[in-house]
Amino acid sequence: MKAKHQRLTLVVLALAAVGGASVLALSALKDQAAFFYAPGDVKKDGLPLGRAVRLGGMVADHSIQRLPDGVSMRFVVTDGVATVPVAFKGIAPDLFREKSGVVAEGSFNPDGSFTATNLLAKHDEKYMPPEIAGKMHETKTLKQ
Amino acid sequence: MIAEAGLAALWFAAALALLQLVLAALGVWRSSRFSVRPELVEGHRAAGERPPVAQGASTGSARTAEEGDAAKRVLTDEIMAAVRPVAVVQGLLVLLAMLLLITVFARSDMSVLLVAENSHSDKPMLYKIAGAWGNHEGSMLLWVTILGMAGAAVALLERTLAKPTLIATLGAQAAIALGFYAFLLFASNPFARIDPAPADGNGLNPLLQDPGLAFHPPTLYIGYVGISIAFSFAVGAMITRDVGPAFARAMRPWVLGAWIFLTLGITAGSYWAYYELGWGGWWFWDPVENASLMPWLAATALLHSVTVLATRDGLRAWTLMLAVVAFSMSMIGTFLVRSGILTSVHAFAVDPTRGSFILALLALYIGGAMLLFALRVGTVKQGNGFDFVSREGALIANNLLLTVILGIVLIGTLYPIVAAAFGTQLSVGPPFFDKAAGPVALVLVAVMAAGPLLRWRRDTLAALFARMTVPVAATGVMLILLATIGGVALLPMLGLALSAGLAVASVAPLWKRNLRRTPLFTYGMVVAHLGIGVSLAGMACDTAFTQATLVAARVGEPQHVGPFTVTLDGIKPVIGPNWSALEARLSARRGEDGAVFYLRPQSRYFANPVTVTSESAIATRWDGQLYTVLGEPDGTGRWQLRLWWKPFVTLIWFGGALIAIGGALSLLGRLARGRRAALREAYA
Repeated sequence: MKAKHQRLTLVVLALAAVGGASVLALSALKDQAAFFYAPGDVKKDGLPLGRAVRLGGMVADHSIQRLPDGVSMRFVVTDGVATVPVAFKGIAPDLFREKSGVVAEGSFNPDGSFTATNLLAKHDEKYMPPEIAGKMHETKTLKQ
Repeated sequence: MIAEAGLAALWFAAALALLQLVLAALGVWRSSRFSVRPELVEGHRAAGERPPVAQGASTGSARTAEEGDAAKRVLTDEIMAAVRPVAVVQGLLVLLAMLLLITVFARSDMSVLLVAENSHSDKPMLYKIAGAWGNHEGSMLLWVTILGMAGAAVALLERTLAKPTLIATLGAQAAIALGFYAFLLFASNPFARIDPAPADGNGLNPLLQDPGLAFHPPTLYIGYVGISIAFSFAVGAMITRDVGPAFARAMRPWVLGAWIFLTLGITAGSYWAYYELGWGGWWFWDPVENASLMPWLAATALLHSVTVLATRDGLRAWTLMLAVVAFSMSMIGTFLVRSGILTSVHAFAVDPTRGSFILALLALYIGGAMLLFALRVGTVKQGNGFDFVSREGALIANNLLLTVILGIVLIGTLYPIVAAAFGTQLSVGPPFFDKAAGPVALVLVAVMAAGPLLRWRRDTLAALFARMTVPVAATGVMLILLATIGGVALLPMLGLALSAGLAVASVAPLWKRNLRRTPLFTYGMVVAHLGIGVSLAGMACDTAFTQATLVAARVGEPQHVGPFTVTLDGIKPVIGPNWSALEARLSARRGEDGAVFYLRPQSRYFANPVTVTSESAIATRWDGQLYTVLGEPDGTGRWQLRLWWKPFVTLIWFGGALIAIGGALSLLGRLARGRRAALREAYA
């Protein structure tokens, strides 16, 4: 094979690989990107059923309710516009508490409630997930 | 006064960086006009390359012109000779600034704003010192310190590179440093005072109060910033048109060094997150983690392509490109981490307002380097040809696949930012990365097994298949074994099978060789590749075989996880240096008649700042880890307990350590060989 041909083949191969990877990545993105919702968005846009999403907002005051099995809980997430009841089984993060920011990963149920598989609380006083900061900036309640 | 001295040292260092840049630019420019260095030209002719410096007027007709040139040449040499000491002093000054910052933290000088915001006098000394880089300003200063020290190290240690190229390299290093000095001095001064000084500080985030903080960020930063040397080398070589095997051999140890630290930093960071976050996971595909993975992927590709350039004089333009890409990735990483633009589980010390400054620096450096690349790539001579079925071919496949993985990680990491620009809030999580990058990584592992068994230049597929019989058999046996057990998902099953094949294939290069005469860098490659296999096996085992239990446990009630029986014996309060905690005592036993051992997970309460953290307790066995986390009480005498049995999970980090050790062996081997070659030349 001539050097020129070899170069050309290499370039074609490289382009094919990168192109293939992009297709793979974009198709995976379409299925797997977890969209972020605030309770107000659900009220506005309807329920995103059947896909992994993130629900973010503030844990409503006096809403945390522990269930008898000792490891499940229910609470309500609010963004000042609407509220969503959330069920979660597991150990809540250390910074999870009422009137504090939370991002719940999981999916919505047809009745409008949310089943969380994982909870992310903000890590320290100075840090707030940007999604919450953006959504909540009018309410000011999160900016301690 | 200490803070002011630190600020002054920083200003001086910045001034020296400017001087270094000007001197280097002047020196390189003059040397390209006035001097033809005979020894360099000869050296390069011997290596079959053309001279790095352009043709001057040395064949001038008049004698006076030659004398004038001689004088100019002397001045040029003097200018270039000044660059090295300036680089060394600049490095020392910025190191002094960092040491002074550590001093104000160690002394808990609350009149310094940064200390007041991020430290507290009741912290143990280790965290006072490490706390100096547990915040935005301090971590940026650490970044610049390592950059300055890296430049000083190049100036002191680099002996093989052609002089103009070295000077251009130091100039590029100074240009990078200048931008970051400006960032520190104008946008994030770590030495600012606060008046009046508060009685005490806000304290350090308790999640960071762990020995990991003392070692992880510096290690990772050395790797991150070390990549900048590869970038500066590439820029220097492009400026002086000196791209060839000699340049590649000079650049390789620096790339290797940075890569070793990156590997160590990522491995240590993964283990730290694993035990500190208490989620039982070791990699979350979090933007901050991706920010360290992307430079590693690019550096790994660079490491392999620079070998092709050094040994076979191929992949010239591609290697330059990779050096630029690798540094772009570490700049993007810095931008992602420092700007706080993305949600991260490790989001510490972030400040959105400063993101734009780093973004501007990023555009400036990467744009500049890309422009230089576009202008000079035409003059980079095409390297040697080779067959597809050859070591070079396998290394190109390695580079392509690594680039593809890098692209996937980059797309997944940046997509939320792009989407946010169009008004959609979303996050890209583990399912995406596993699904998109996993298959490519498995193909890469297969290529990795075959590559070292191929000859340079040309080989035949038949010979390759003959050499691959045993590894392929190992893969097959493992597949059959796992299929018989059943219940293992496809990806971990393939991962385990391939890791078995890779482990066998990676030691194959030692087969039938005189082990005492095998060069050290061959051992390095073997160990590093073996490390990948070991690490992959750990990841696959963790995914396939982990067992978890979540219960609200009563005292004395036995719980079961994997082969273990775990009983909560009781809870008692304990006091630490700056925290108090509730500590559970768990007695665990393997099987029916195993010896009883105890685990003590805690729920810690910190007063400054007010935070509760859970400290997991982990028991390590030869075949895995029992991982326990204490949750909350439910008010009726029960305590939440989360128990995991993770078979062979330790292989992940053990493999990471092997990879780094392989890198170190390779580095030592290369340096020793370089020294021997230099000695031979000297006595020839």
